Amino acid sequence: MQPAGLFVMIASVGTVTVLFVWCVWQVLTQPAAEAEHLHGTEFETPDVERR
Amino acid sequence: METPSKDSWGSRLGVIMAVAGSAVGLGNFIRFPGQAAQFGGGAFMIAYAISFLIIGLPIGWAEWAMGRYAGQRGYNSAAGVFHCLVPWRGSKYIGVLGAIIPLVIFMYYVVIEAWTLGYTVRFARAFFDPTLRFATVAESQAYFAGFVGKDGDGTALRLDLDALLPWLVVVCGLNLVLIYRGISKGIQKVCEIGMPVLVVLSLLVLARVLTLGTPDPAKPDQNVSIGLGYMWNPGKTLVVAADGTTLAEVVDADPAAQQAKAELLAAATAGARVERKTVLSQLADPDLWLAAAGQIFFSLSVGFGVILVYASYLGPRDDLVLSGLTASATNEFCEVALGGLITLPAAVAFLGLAGVAGQGTFGLGFNVLPLVFSEMPAGSLFGAMFFFVLFIAAITSSLSMLQPGIALLEEALGIGRKGSVGLLGTLTALGTGFVAWFSRDLKALDTLDFWVGTFLIFVLAMIQIILFAWFFGIDQGWEELHRGAALRLPRFFRPILRYVCPAFLMAIFGLWVMENVIGWGRAKPSSYVTDLFEKGNPVAWLSIGLVAVVAFGLATTIASSKKYRDEPPA
Repeated sequence: MQPAGLFVMIASVGTVTVLFVWCVWQVLTQPAAEAEHLHGTEFETPDVERR
Repeated sequence: METPSKDSWGSRLGVIMAVAGSAVGLGNFIRFPGQAAQFGGGAFMIAYAISFLIIGLPIGWAEWAMGRYAGQRGYNSAAGVFHCLVPWRGSKYIGVLGAIIPLVIFMYYVVIEAWTLGYTVRFARAFFDPTLRFATVAESQAYFAGFVGKDGDGTALRLDLDALLPWLVVVCGLNLVLIYRGISKGIQKVCEIGMPVLVVLSLLVLARVLTLGTPDPAKPDQNVSIGLGYMWNPGKTLVVAADGTTLAEVVDADPAAQQAKAELLAAATAGARVERKTVLSQLADPDLWLAAAGQIFFSLSVGFGVILVYASYLGPRDDLVLSGLTASATNEFCEVALGGLITLPAAVAFLGLAGVAGQGTFGLGFNVLPLVFSEMPAGSLFGAMFFFVLFIAAITSSLSMLQPGIALLEEALGIGRKGSVGLLGTLTALGTGFVAWFSRDLKALDTLDFWVGTFLIFVLAMIQIILFAWFFGIDQGWEELHRGAALRLPRFFRPILRYVCPAFLMAIFGLWVMENVIGWGRAKPSSYVTDLFEKGNPVAWLSIGLVAVVAFGLATTIASSKKYRDEPPA
């Protein structure tokens, strides 16, 4: 691999990795007040018919 | 306002993993590396990044916003979303494309999913029985042809571990059981477990590939560095014949040595010359843009109705901006950072550039890579891991393709999950059986993939982005997108959503139709067109008939439903 190829690879892989980690971090550290608004937190979803 | 749908996601991470799982598929690990290498990593990644910003993210966000808006008003299917957003009687029939497309894709995608499971078990068996490893490319190709039934219709449907049938039964059953468990206990649970497992296994395979070095010292040109260079070097050095066909590509760590090797090769063939392609000359090639935009578009699974349906189960304050971005980022990480570093370096290290160049998606995934894993130290283990990664990627995608159909049947017929899964299970079993039976040259699979998995997706995506920007309205759409969002999108995304994205998508679609349907720049139209209108291939026509039957059935279901007769709530 040539130096220019190494640069392209590091830039591409680095960008998507940083974006991915940043997004996951944002999702996991969202303030609790926001999390309270989540719509469904029930363990039993009503879509499943009872047998 | 009607009572919102009772079905829902259990957590925000769950829906993000589900959307990411839907997007991450075989294309991330097999198709993307081939596309990037074909055009040179540097030029391809520029077009790819631009396409990500002006097609991938905007269409995804539009789907998230429209889906959640309609979901809050009691509509979960794509037909329901269209009915909710456009006060016109015919809109639901356009929206039904959002159920037809994923349902038909499921019918052939599940066949490919069964291949991945069969190959996983084959390599697991090879771990205990080394005679099951492949010795040559010809052996690997012959095994694939026999496994999938390429040589004759119905030949893959035999009860044999080295044939499609047993794995198809397992995979179909698994999909139906998991979809029956519902959104939170089925799809979400699978994706929450499957996606981290996929990433961890991929990292292990990646570590193995990057430490391969030069596996055979007698072949110093076959090494991981050359493979990475083939994938990521920005320019290309090609040896081209007098008639313009590419004879070979030359890659070397030293640009001067690369040029010298190419000239040596060219001198050995009468009339051949060396052609150097720079990043700028590649960017001037419309095919590069078509390839990059197409890869982004299909990789992110935008435009075919799944995100629309998934988002309809969200709550009114869920963060759509962050969810959409995170799902897309997860897909890009799997595609660029994992797929981009695993597949081609491994293949080049064992087979060299000549063994890899020009391979299509299936050729690379099921002919080349099985041989690579057979030759690699501890290859049975890593082969089983790699194909299991493909299986996870496939099942998280196929599950997402069933949900739009389930949502439509439940919504239109007012039936429960048992009834809708039963109906859909019967329909998909017939469709999948059709694809599995007509396996000669994979004609049914290829035909459906072209007309539904590519052509119709383009059509629905364009309709959706126009619906969002021009009918739902950019102001209302922008407000819906930001309701409950911690992140604010930069305002330049408004003109992108309204003008740039539809225009770019139309240009790409127009180019695609010109090249692949009409045959612009080629001797004649694509084989998918000539199969229908010149050769009158019966399997190609039966495939189109299958799509027509599904479309008729779903449209009739909608027409007879009371759900869409009333005005949608404001």
